Amino acid sequence: MTIDMSQFFQVFFDEAEEGLAEMEKLLLAVDVSDPDDEDLNAIFRAAHSIKGGSATFGLTDIAEITHVLESLLDRIRQGKMALTSQHVDAFLAVKDTLKSMLDGHRHGTAVDLEAVGDVRKLLLSLSEADQKPVVAVVAAVEAPSLPAIVIRYRIELPRLAARDMEALERELGLLGKIQKSMAADGGCVFILDTAQTTESIVEICSFLVNADEFKISLADDAISKEEQQGYGFFAPFVPQGASDEERGYGFFEPFVPLASTDLAKSAVVAAVPVEAEDAPVLAVTENHLEKKAKGEKPAAAAVQETSSIRVGIEKVDQLINLVGELVITQAMIEQRTSTLDPMAHEHLLNSVGQLTRNTRDLQEAVMSIRMMPMDYVFSRFPRMVRDLAAKLGKRVEFVTHGAATELDKGLIERIVDPLTHLVRNSIDHGIELPDIRLAGGKTDFGTLLLSAEHQGGNIIIEVTDDGGGLHREKILAKAKQQGMAVSDSASDGEVWQLIFEPGFSTAEQVTDVSGRGVGMDVVKRNILAMGGAVDIRSSKGFGTTISISLPLTLAILDGMSIRIGHETYILPLGYVVESLQPASEDIKDISGQGRVIKVRGEYLPLIPLYQIFNIESTFTDPSQGLVVILESDGKKAALFVDDLIGQQQIVVKNLESNYRKVAGISGATILGDGGVALIVDVAALLRSSRQLSDESVFS
Amino acid sequence: MSDNMSKNISGFGEKADSNGNEFLAFTLGKEEYGIDILKVQEIRGYEAVTRIANSPDFIKGVVNLRGIIVPIVDMRIKFQLGEPTYDQFTVVIILNISGRVVGMVVDSVSDVITLLPEQIKPAPEMGTTFDSDYLIGLGTLDERMLILVDIDKLMSSADMGLIEKLAA
Repeated sequence: MTIDMSQFFQVFFDEAEEGLAEMEKLLLAVDVSDPDDEDLNAIFRAAHSIKGGSATFGLTDIAEITHVLESLLDRIRQGKMALTSQHVDAFLAVKDTLKSMLDGHRHGTAVDLEAVGDVRKLLLSLSEADQKPVVAVVAAVEAPSLPAIVIRYRIELPRLAARDMEALERELGLLGKIQKSMAADGGCVFILDTAQTTESIVEICSFLVNADEFKISLADDAISKEEQQGYGFFAPFVPQGASDEERGYGFFEPFVPLASTDLAKSAVVAAVPVEAEDAPVLAVTENHLEKKAKGEKPAAAAVQETSSIRVGIEKVDQLINLVGELVITQAMIEQRTSTLDPMAHEHLLNSVGQLTRNTRDLQEAVMSIRMMPMDYVFSRFPRMVRDLAAKLGKRVEFVTHGAATELDKGLIERIVDPLTHLVRNSIDHGIELPDIRLAGGKTDFGTLLLSAEHQGGNIIIEVTDDGGGLHREKILAKAKQQGMAVSDSASDGEVWQLIFEPGFSTAEQVTDVSGRGVGMDVVKRNILAMGGAVDIRSSKGFGTTISISLPLTLAILDGMSIRIGHETYILPLGYVVESLQPASEDIKDISGQGRVIKVRGEYLPLIPLYQIFNIESTFTDPSQGLVVILESDGKKAALFVDDLIGQQQIVVKNLESNYRKVAGISGATILGDGGVALIVDVAALLRSSRQLSDESVFS
Repeated sequence: MSDNMSKNISGFGEKADSNGNEFLAFTLGKEEYGIDILKVQEIRGYEAVTRIANSPDFIKGVVNLRGIIVPIVDMRIKFQLGEPTYDQFTVVIILNISGRVVGMVVDSVSDVITLLPEQIKPAPEMGTTFDSDYLIGLGTLDERMLILVDIDKLMSSADMGLIEKLAA
């Protein structure tokens, strides 16, 4: 039996990347003066899994580095070596190198071999700084080919005579370490750890059992309890030379008793090599043994995590599309049955009601598959902030808020780059140097807040700094210098929007961080492309907030259907504030500017949709029809329509896939009767209701 | 040899074998047209469309074709061929133009005909309603003459405005 490794490569790479990300997160969080044992254990485990995996897949360069890293971590974790900030920096550098090496293997990208060598030297020098003999470590490192890989097999046998069974066990025992257990059907299962191939096992078994009666497989679930790697397909394979370093964390079974004796702390622990997590109360008072017991607890959690499966995104999307169709069909049935006599068709109508609920639940569940927490994005910033602040000589405290807020995966991936840019900008331009801050009466460290929250059908992501704020005069001067048409009386909001213009930068000097004036325009363009909007609030001397608002998901939204003449349109419910029938005295004409409507003391522009869309409407006097108050980006307006039809969940269909973008329309959907209704692009309508009524937009 | 001929004349030769090309024949006003049958996805009756505000006259609107939003173009309006009427005989040819689905309203669909390469003559450089850029040629079958339209080219043209021009 040969194992096709290639199918596991992808899994390994994914796991390794997660491991590295986790390691970085923990390293950044760790308090050097008083490191948390749990964290140290977790960092160690991450390094260990990557080592194990890379060794298995023959990525010896990664295995080597991780091995040294692991040995160092192990000593720190066991309290034999004190953690210093030097270590943390080194480990972060190692992480970066490992990442580039992984990418090198995965995508064939170039790896900076010099950096790899440097990191290795750095690690070794750190190891040497400790009193421990390094010989074993180096020896292990220089045994890169890892000749003997110990694999755990699971051998299932049918019912056999007790004598045969014993003979078999004895024979197999010669190959490696064997465990025997009885299966429910009277058969027997051996778990064998061996460096031999399956052929040898087959050979031995064939003496007593027919080849088709026994089954040899890789034991995976059997070991997942003791190891946290999660690559889970193979038993621990440990380079033989490294066994010395493997001790003390109850991972590689045969060595555990030895290790424990070596540590010579407690006979109890030696007797419970693996079950430590089940028995943390065994009154093990020794300090580092306690650590060990504690260290096993997250292992249990990690086992639960592995109950997830990796599925291709296209499968999920297909599922979402299918559910979308189902929702449409369900709406059709609901509409068709709504005209039936409720008395005569009670059962049918009940079932339809049930179907409605089930469909909605199903839809929610399916949509939630695509949702990912914002943490996915936020977690990559602490490192960046740390490095950048150090480089610029600034002190920055990084705070996140609402990391659990969920957003569609497609959007979350596209928000990373714009957000990265904004964070860099905030640190580079926003937060001042410590002495300037102190002179301004602030704390010497700046605060950078990254927050995410749901607001209606949108997610609001904000980057806030308590730095110097935007400089109105500077921006205006710069804009004029670049020949932009600006007036001094422009509102703050309008001035701030200038920084999104291409080629606009007020930085006095171009640094490698920012200042070239490319970027902010890209940020804005990216966000607009996602159907979102960017807003800036800034106050001189107090800081800047850049607020990004994005739709939660692009596929399904709650809509309100409205009627104008014979046509039906959909308004995304997230924008709808209220609807009312205005009194004629509340509607005022402003010459040349259209009409406004007074709603509770507030004058809102009246947008006559029938004029914009050129529809023959039933009413032309707003006091006969209805107005829907819409709000987007803090702007409000009243949309004049004939009638409200109702509220429903709609599946957004792209108009562009077969046609093209239409001004004022953001998409289309299919109604319960099978007809098509267009979705009004409310944000664009409010942004530019004045221009929209201008014919030129549609030419 | 005949293969080469057809390529030279028709400009599309993938399917050109000794059996000739199959064309779907339809009428617009008094003229008979033909389009490559392979571009045709299906043929449907005319049903109510949802109008798209501020779009050109000949774009009737969009319909729901089994969950896909499909724009409907009325060729009679586009090329001013007679008075557009919509009755039970009005036909929509659903075309698949390099992955994009478009409906085309015509007066009627007659049949599918096979034209041998030698039956296709180059279109004269003169006043047909269609710009001769969009023509493959003129097909003759017995007494009938079909104007063979390169529907791919026509539907993708900026003239039709069906496909967004790449933003500069």
